[in-house]
Formats: sequence, structure tokens, C-alpha cells
Amino acid sequence: MHKKTRHTNIQDQHADIMIRDLHKSFGANTVLKGVNLDVFRGENVVVLGRSGTGKSVLIKIIAGLLKPDSGTVVVLGKNVPALDDKELLQLRLKIGFSFQSSALYDSMTVKENLEFPLLRNSRNLTRAEINTHVEEALDAVGLKQTILQYPSELSGGQRKRIGIARTLIMRPLIMLYDEPTAGLDPITSVEINNLINEVQERYNTSSIIITHDLTCAKATGDRVAVLLDGSFIRTGSFEEVFATRDERITSFYKYNFIN
Amino acid sequence: MGKKIHFFNTILFKISGTLLELQQVFMKSNPRTYIISKKLDGFFSDVYAIMSFIGKFFRELGPPYEWREIIRQCYMVGWKSLPLISVTSFVVGIVFTKQSRPSLSEFGATSWLPSLVAIAIFRALAPLVTALIAAGKVGSNIGAELGSMRVTEQIDAMEVSATNPFKFLVVSRVLATSCMLPILMFYMAFISMIGAYLNILVNEDTSFSAFFIKALEKITFLDFFSSLIKTIVFGFSIGIIGCYQGYNATQGTQGVGRAANFAVVTSMFVVFIEEIIAVQITSWFR
Repeated sequence: MHKKTRHTNIQDQHADIMIRDLHKSFGANTVLKGVNLDVFRGENVVVLGRSGTGKSVLIKIIAGLLKPDSGTVVVLGKNVPALDDKELLQLRLKIGFSFQSSALYDSMTVKENLEFPLLRNSRNLTRAEINTHVEEALDAVGLKQTILQYPSELSGGQRKRIGIARTLIMRPLIMLYDEPTAGLDPITSVEINNLINEVQERYNTSSIIITHDLTCAKATGDRVAVLLDGSFIRTGSFEEVFATRDERITSFYKYNFIN
Repeated sequence: MGKKIHFFNTILFKISGTLLELQQVFMKSNPRTYIISKKLDGFFSDVYAIMSFIGKFFRELGPPYEWREIIRQCYMVGWKSLPLISVTSFVVGIVFTKQSRPSLSEFGATSWLPSLVAIAIFRALAPLVTALIAAGKVGSNIGAELGSMRVTEQIDAMEVSATNPFKFLVVSRVLATSCMLPILMFYMAFISMIGAYLNILVNEDTSFSAFFIKALEKITFLDFFSSLIKTIVFGFSIGIIGCYQGYNATQGTQGVGRAANFAVVTSMFVVFIEEIIAVQITSWFR
């Protein structure tokens, strides 16, 4: 169940994502208070935390969907908050974002969902090449048979996989997973965990996985960072993080159903 | 167009800023003025936001176009509205003719009925009724569809996949409503005239061609042209308001309902205001 880290020299490499002193508030509610994080090439970092602690806000800032109040967010060498629309668009070609709700386009078939970013960003591709890309992405998530189905005809697990396939089609360097196993049964959750690891191995992506599911954290994370009260209170391997008597962390372990 | 909107927005921004300063002054000394000032600030902020949205529409209007989506939206706006438009226009034609007959017959002027009906339909009824039907059917549909896409993060998903959701969702819909509403208006006018003809036929023996020649002899190019321009403006307003409400929807399913509701109410209100302005402008040229 526990993931074996492939990348022994990760810390020696240049960080694909570098966050320094990040602050974000919504009105009077301060969500992030001085967050610092580095994610290195080929590394899966799990951000663990209770609901409402700003985990999703963090990755939305990384993807440029939200603007921080202050702080630095450098992704692949670019300071995201300082980018204009055009530069942000270029950067997003290298980022894959898997939403908690999968966010598949309801009015489109699976094929059209997958083609959507490709048709608009790779205009020199022929129809045959686009079809090949779609089939490859569906093959990677094991759902080739759903190609002509609509999102409403898919199960929760299949939707998650198609959501991941849609991000993979652009061959991203960075993957951001927002609660990838939320609302799924344990077997499907394990399948999604395996898929996250397969994506990392196959495409050498640097990933941030937002979750409060310890099974997911243990299975996918090279490193785990616990977000509480707006900042990371503990970072390290899964075992290192939970080798503590800090009640705020041990309670997390206690209330999770994990072997 | 974009520059003019930007200039207008700068003024609105300054008004909003001044109101904000006034709010702080009145907050303690005069609470009633503070509330009025806050409401006014909210109003100007909303106007600022919608003007920015319109400005963005004109900036994004250039190529490449999402042809497939534009055609799909034209089908949704135009073809899917036909049954409702057909029934309504037919009824409007019959009822208007039936209600006008007694007044004209008092003066022995029933022969003017085709012209009267044609003028009323072409100048006012067809553009206005088409716009109101579209505001109810199309406006609510756009508001609810984009609203649900917003709250289910589908618009965010388009953004992070390095595509332009504004162009795909907003520009295509506004172009579709702006193009299809004039077509629907002329279709409605035609069906209303058929309704009117059938009502006249019940009372007097007249041929279809004679009725239409009599009806159209009072219709001028100005009537035709003003109705065309008016419905393009109505279509644009309905599309942009529906898109604005849906695109900026918040707070889950409740927000979707509110977006659909506001889209209809605001569109209808704006259509009436535009109708008054259009009548005034057209009367200068008569």
C-alpha cells in the first residue's frame, strides 16, 4: 500500500513549484497565512488537511484561478500572480488540473471533452492525430470504451478518470489533483491512487495532491505536508509526519479508517 | 467600442470610489445617508461590472471564431424557440385583429384593419413580443446553463486547460441571440399576419394576396429597418445579460436559480427601456 519513492535525489533538483510566504483572505476570513512549499520534478506532494483549511485555494492560486493577497508562487520559473493573460495561458498548457467534481463538460461526449483543449491549442494537428491523442489518453486511464458516452452516463470513478485523461492529453509537466478520491468507494479510490502513480511514472509529472484521505496520502505521496490554520505545520514522508504526539496530527490518523 | 467602455468604466470607478469615501464620512454621523450611499455604490459597482463584461465581449469578438458552438447556439436560440414563437404570434395576430375591429367599425373604417394590424405588428408587437419570449426562454436558459457550469467548475476547467471560456461560452451565445432574434421577429410578424388574415376572413371575404397588399402598403423602409436594428439590440442585451448572470453565478444551486431569474427579469426590464428609446429615436425620422 505504501508508496516507494522513485526519486531519491529529488531535493537536489530545481523546484517546479516554489511557494513563499503566501497569504490569501476572503473578506475577514484569512485562509492562507504564510504558506511555503517546494515541489520538485517528478515528485508527488500530498497536501493533507481538514475541510475548509484552504487546500483547494492553494492549488487554484498555483493554476492562476485565484490571485493571492501577497507572496510568491513560482511555477516552472514563472511568477504566476505577475503573469498577464497570454503568459498565463502559455503556462497553463503545462499544468493539468483534476477537479474534485471532475468538471466534465456536460453538453459534450467524452471524446469532445478530451478534444476540447487539443483543438484550441494544437491547431496544426490533423483529425487522425487528434483521434490518436484521444485514444492514447483514454487508454492511459483504461476507459477507451466510454469514448462516445456523455458525462451523465458515467460513474463517479469513471468521471474522475476521464477528468484526469482530459488533463493528460496536453502532456502536462505539473498535475494538480483536488480531492481525487472524494466520494468514491474504497476499491475505486485504490484504482485512482494507482492511476495517480502511473501518471507520475509514465509522464514524469510533478504533482500536488489535495486530500483528507490518509489511504490516498500514503499510497501516492512522496512527501506529505499538513496544512492547518493557514500554514504547513509538518512536512515529510508519511511516516515522518505521523511520528509525532501533536494532537492536531494524530487526531487526523485516529479518525481515518486506515490499516 | 472597447476604449469607450473603458472610459465609461473609469468614470464609474471614480463615482464608486467617491461614494465609498462618502460612506465612511456618513457611517457615524448619518446612518440613513450611509445606507443610501451604500446602495448607490452597489448599483454603480454592478454597472461597472457589466460594462467591463461588455467591454471584454468586444475585445474577444475577433477571430478565431468558435463556429461550431455559434451554429449550435443559433439552433438552440432559433429553431428551438420556433414552436413557442409560432403559437404566440398566431394568437397575437388573431386577438389584436379581433380587438381592433369594433373600434374601427364604429367609424366605418374596417378596411383599414389590415394596415393597422401590419403597422402595430411590424413597428411594435413583433419586436417586443419576440424579445420578451426570448428573454424568458433563451435568457433563463443561458443564465442557468452558464451558472451551473460556473458552480460545477466547468468554466474553471476550461480556463486551466489553456482555452478561452469567454470566447467559447459568451461570444458564441451573444452572437447567436443577436443574429437569431431579427429572424425570429420577421417570422413572428409573418405568422401574426396570417392569424390576422384568418380572423378577417371569418368576417369578410378577402383574398390572401389582397390582404397582404393592403397590409404592407403602409409599411415603410423605416419600419422595416428600425425593427431590424431594434431586435439586434434586444438580442444582444438578452444574450449579454444572460451570460453575465450565469458567468458570475456563485453560491451553488441557489446561485444558478438566481442567475436564471435575474437574467429574465433584467433582460425584460432592459428590453422595455430600449423599446422606449427606440420609439423616441424612430419618431425623429418620421
